[in-house]
Amino acid sequence: MASRPSAADRKQVQMIDLRAVSRHFQVGEQLVKALDDVSLAFAAGDYVSIMGPSGSGKSTLLNVIGLLDRPTSGGYVLDGRDTTGMSDDELAAMRSRKIGFIFQSFHLVPRMTAFENIELPMVLASVPPAERRLRVDKVLTDLNLTDRAHHRPDQLSGGQRQRVAIARAMIMEPTVLLADEPTGNLDHVSGADVLKSLEALNARGLLLLVVTHDDEVAARARRHVRMRDGKVVIDQRTAPEAAPP
Amino acid sequence: MKARDLLHLATESLARARMRSLMMLIAMAIGVASVVVLTSLGEGARRYVTGEFRALGTDLLIVLPGRSETTGIQPGMFAGETPRDLTLGDAGALLRLPDVERIAPLVIGSAPVSAGELSREVPVIGTNSDFLTIRNLRMAQGDFLPPGELDRDMAVCVIGSKVRRELFPRGDALGQAVRVGERRFRVIGILGDSGRAIGFDLQELVLVPVSAAQQLFNTESLFRILVQSRDRDAMPRVQQAVRATLMQRHQGEEDVTVITQDAVLATFDRIFTALTLTLAGIASISLAVAGILIMNVMLVAVSQRTAEVGLLKALGARQAQITAIFLAEAILLSIAGAAVGLALGYAASWAIGRIYPSLPVGAPVWAVLMAVGIAVASGVVFGLLPARRAARLDPVTALSGRK
Repeated sequence: MASRPSAADRKQVQMIDLRAVSRHFQVGEQLVKALDDVSLAFAAGDYVSIMGPSGSGKSTLLNVIGLLDRPTSGGYVLDGRDTTGMSDDELAAMRSRKIGFIFQSFHLVPRMTAFENIELPMVLASVPPAERRLRVDKVLTDLNLTDRAHHRPDQLSGGQRQRVAIARAMIMEPTVLLADEPTGNLDHVSGADVLKSLEALNARGLLLLVVTHDDEVAARARRHVRMRDGKVVIDQRTAPEAAPP
Repeated sequence: MKARDLLHLATESLARARMRSLMMLIAMAIGVASVVVLTSLGEGARRYVTGEFRALGTDLLIVLPGRSETTGIQPGMFAGETPRDLTLGDAGALLRLPDVERIAPLVIGSAPVSAGELSREVPVIGTNSDFLTIRNLRMAQGDFLPPGELDRDMAVCVIGSKVRRELFPRGDALGQAVRVGERRFRVIGILGDSGRAIGFDLQELVLVPVSAAQQLFNTESLFRILVQSRDRDAMPRVQQAVRATLMQRHQGEEDVTVITQDAVLATFDRIFTALTLTLAGIASISLAVAGILIMNVMLVAVSQRTAEVGLLKALGARQAQITAIFLAEAILLSIAGAAVGLALGYAASWAIGRIYPSLPVGAPVWAVLMAVGIAVASGVVFGLLPARRAARLDPVTALSGRK
């Protein structure tokens, strides 16, 4: 890295750019502002924790960033493309190529083996079988899961399940990894394992967003966003954007 | 998504939800099987009846007195004139026509038949020796009526097997005398049970020479004349000649009806085809019911798998892909159900065929195609609603497992 990028340059490399995003839900008589005029930008390769009490809007924020939910108002530019007004199918295509999800409850398909679960995004994206096999084998090796390839989720430990889910999230080589309480259902050792796997991906340049309740987990990130009542209350950087060389 | 992957996904999820898949498969199979069985019964009945008629001979003409083919008022009606009778003379004239192989005049009545103390009322047919060949009758014992001039009155008769049993409970009937009406006849033969004579039970019949029957029933006129042509190709010529001859003999009046076996056959064919269609329609209802069951079970499946649908969406599945996945399951089930149903249906038809060998069961091709077609179509139609419901699920709520 020769010189620090100028402010203008840095604007260019924002992977995620939320502009005055609101997301309102009508619950009975009451209007719930899950996101209330939130403007946030995340650079490619950053490692961000998002914390906040239940109902603070952090999950909604993740859903909007993951294109699973549409903002009620405001704009969202993902990797230079304005997603406002995209059709459902265009959003699906963006999710397929740009975004990997990690869920607290893993969300593996129970009837499929680890191999098939990891393969699933490529099946949906019509990747040829031969290439799928190569890519899954490589990811399984990376995550040290090769001997578990043909086990179904109920034959795997929690940590292994989450690592399978990570493998699935990264198989399409996305640029953003969204993890919603990735260690919430795991013991301390497996949790640490999973975080290491996620951080390894971050080190390779993926933007990693982790929603968590766990201060210890959150402390590992380089940037910390705290939310309350649909608003960002703290946005703090504890380490430089990119991992130190 | 590639077709092979789609198929793989669908079969995998069907294989995992074994009970659910089995229920739908059975429903569809029953629907298809019932179409196959019912239509093959209908078709069997059709083939049986047409077969019976065909066995009577498609080279056969039936001449009956009176004109019933055309509607309208005949001039003779006003003059109080009845149609002329068919006589033995007419029959003889027909036999002399070219291309006519043989004829059998018929006089039919009912008379008390007795032997010794035993007596009963039995249908009596007066005819000639050619009746045996024309109707494909078989003799169990003795001989049929002897050949000879039509007007030769001989006191001989042929009796059915049941008549024999009842009149001669012990001992031989051949050569014995029976009294038919006021006349005595010598039994020269006993009919076998095979052969065809629609409308009559061959076992309960007494056959006498035609002129004897005319005397017995005190009539000059014939009930029918059966005319057998040399071959099928000659049929139109023979029919024409028969008409012309009888018209000439009846002073230019066309007062007889000539029907071909084919015409009768065609009528029965139509009736039984309609019957088979009706059965197919009734059976199709069960197919529709199976379709609705598939829809219900698929709807349940969709709500059980909302989280999976949410996941698929998160992984970048388009709506059309999710629709395709669920639709493929419904269609696969329908096809599998149809296949099982066909196997069941054919097995049942085969079993029925074994139990009733005389019934030539066999599902018509159109019914089989229709059953499979409706099965697959109902898979598409009834699978579409659940599949579209799945595709339209909101990913956020679906992922959280809420409905």
